Amino acid sequence: MEDKLLIGGQELESRLFIGTGKFSSHEIIPKVIAASGSQVITMAIRRVNFFNEQDNVLNYIDKKCILLPNTSGARNAEEAVRIARIAREAGCGNWVKIEVITDNKYLLPDNYETIRATEILVKEGFVVLPYMSPDLMAAKRLEEVGAAAVMPLGAPIGTNRGLMTRELIRILIAESKLPVIVDAGIGRPSQAAEAMEMGAAAVLVNTAIATAQDPVQTARAFCLAVRAGRMAFLSGPGAVQEYAVASSPLTGFLHKQGGE
Amino acid sequence: MSFADKLLKYQDFPFASYLAGVTGADIERTLAKEYLVERDFLNLLSEQAVPYLEIMAQKAHQLTVQNFGRVILLYTPLYLANYCVNQCAYCGFNVTNKITRKKLTLEEVEKEALAIAQTGLRHILILTGESRFQTPLSYIETCVRVLKKYFDSISIEIYPLTEEEYGQLTAAGVDGLTLYQEVYDPVTYDAIHLAGPKKDYRFRLDAPERACRARMRAVNIGALLGLQDWRKEAFFTGLHAAYLQDKYLDTEISVSLPRLRPHVGNFAPCFVVSDRDLVQILLALRLFLPRAGITISTRERAEFRDNLLPLGVTKMSAGSCTAVGGHLEEATEGQFVIADERSVREIHAMLVSRGYQPLYKDWHQL
Repeated sequence: MEDKLLIGGQELESRLFIGTGKFSSHEIIPKVIAASGSQVITMAIRRVNFFNEQDNVLNYIDKKCILLPNTSGARNAEEAVRIARIAREAGCGNWVKIEVITDNKYLLPDNYETIRATEILVKEGFVVLPYMSPDLMAAKRLEEVGAAAVMPLGAPIGTNRGLMTRELIRILIAESKLPVIVDAGIGRPSQAAEAMEMGAAAVLVNTAIATAQDPVQTARAFCLAVRAGRMAFLSGPGAVQEYAVASSPLTGFLHKQGGE
Repeated sequence: MSFADKLLKYQDFPFASYLAGVTGADIERTLAKEYLVERDFLNLLSEQAVPYLEIMAQKAHQLTVQNFGRVILLYTPLYLANYCVNQCAYCGFNVTNKITRKKLTLEEVEKEALAIAQTGLRHILILTGESRFQTPLSYIETCVRVLKKYFDSISIEIYPLTEEEYGQLTAAGVDGLTLYQEVYDPVTYDAIHLAGPKKDYRFRLDAPERACRARMRAVNIGALLGLQDWRKEAFFTGLHAAYLQDKYLDTEISVSLPRLRPHVGNFAPCFVVSDRDLVQILLALRLFLPRAGITISTRERAEFRDNLLPLGVTKMSAGSCTAVGGHLEEATEGQFVIADERSVREIHAMLVSRGYQPLYKDWHQL
């Protein structure tokens, strides 16, 4: 069955995006990428060591993969824009994941600054994937300014708590025309499968893989879970109610037996 | 509101009786919590927490890996000058100490930068003593412009500045501040800072906050351990970090745990901080502030640093020298004696062998 994810004019087979942070060594990254089957790999530009071939994470990423440099460390739209430009000039392509984080404690994204940065970068020809708090109005604005997808968080970065924002993500999936890629918080393959079953277009996983005892096996497990979740979504599981069903129906009396 | 107001709230707090009254059950309750409050932090600093150090260590390790990964950021200090007008009883740069005084010329700064950059380091911490005459802000700024060619991140550990001056340096390319209060207890502070502008406790206390306001990206604070009762000093350090973290959400706050080292002048520590005490402070800090960076410098012995590695550390210095011109042929006496003399390459190898990634670059000049 043909089921490809279309983003920025690229057709993707894999719906699992992975990150390169938190690993104990760069050497493991190629194995993780292979096991995950991922085609889109994100890396923080702040950590890319352009001055040392051996330490440069870009040298550990398969050339067939699409690089998704992120703007980690940006505290406002202007800084995100500057980081994105640095990435493009450094040869990382024109995809960028906007991360504007003004809160170092929970690492929650600043949607307002993210929208501003997205607007500027789209005009400059970037394929922009913004990391965001799952807010429908913000997603609509991102859609209007030309984002290629939205990346709502499932739970704060690195927490492995899973889909704590489930209901809000469900609304985004239902209402947004953009692919919804669940980013951050996914701690276990079952949670990735759940996001895919809900209809997410893809998921991005980093901490759960990087800090696992066996990152390569974990990457493989996520690969399978994402595929299974997607297959379940496509195969049409039982209907999910989008609207609340009242527990005490107000029209129940119409169906009462007997009467006059 | 300043952190001074927070400190004031603890002015009459009965630390001794509170700490003595902490029970094993209190420690267990604290350890069962997901988010710790100030009293929990204090509980973990009590004598009664000692039997729980292993449990604390396991938890601290897990939290650190989750938040920071198996990654340690490496940096090294670069001493620009040792001229100082202060009389700090515990410091080798004390104005009354008869040591060779030196200030690097720009050519020498460039040479030092080149030597350090060749080791692969991309983060640097520049230091001076306190002399606005010998090392004015304009000198620091000029040095920063030279260093920007060689490094991705430049932090300063110099005399405290005004908010405008911090702004001037961030504009010049400085992205990090390290500033230790040395001692939070104001009476001790006054007693060991015998003379000089450093006697102004409040100006120093508010300096990290002024740097946050001036949009410094990273702010690192600490107390010099050994000058006062470490339980109280560690407690106030953690509170100070939490205060900054809560108020300046977009600044990366970190904490150093410097233990007093031998130096010219031979001031003996008034309070001994044992290895176990340092471990307890490190663990309590990590559990109280899961997202804060924690730095362990070459003040500590190689073997001890290696053991501290999995307990919550996120940043280590390597190839350090506390002398002016330390990477040149002629160096002065150091500010204090280094305990871990390993080169960057050796630290790199140690980290890799322990399953950690040495991180050389964690910022990009914008």
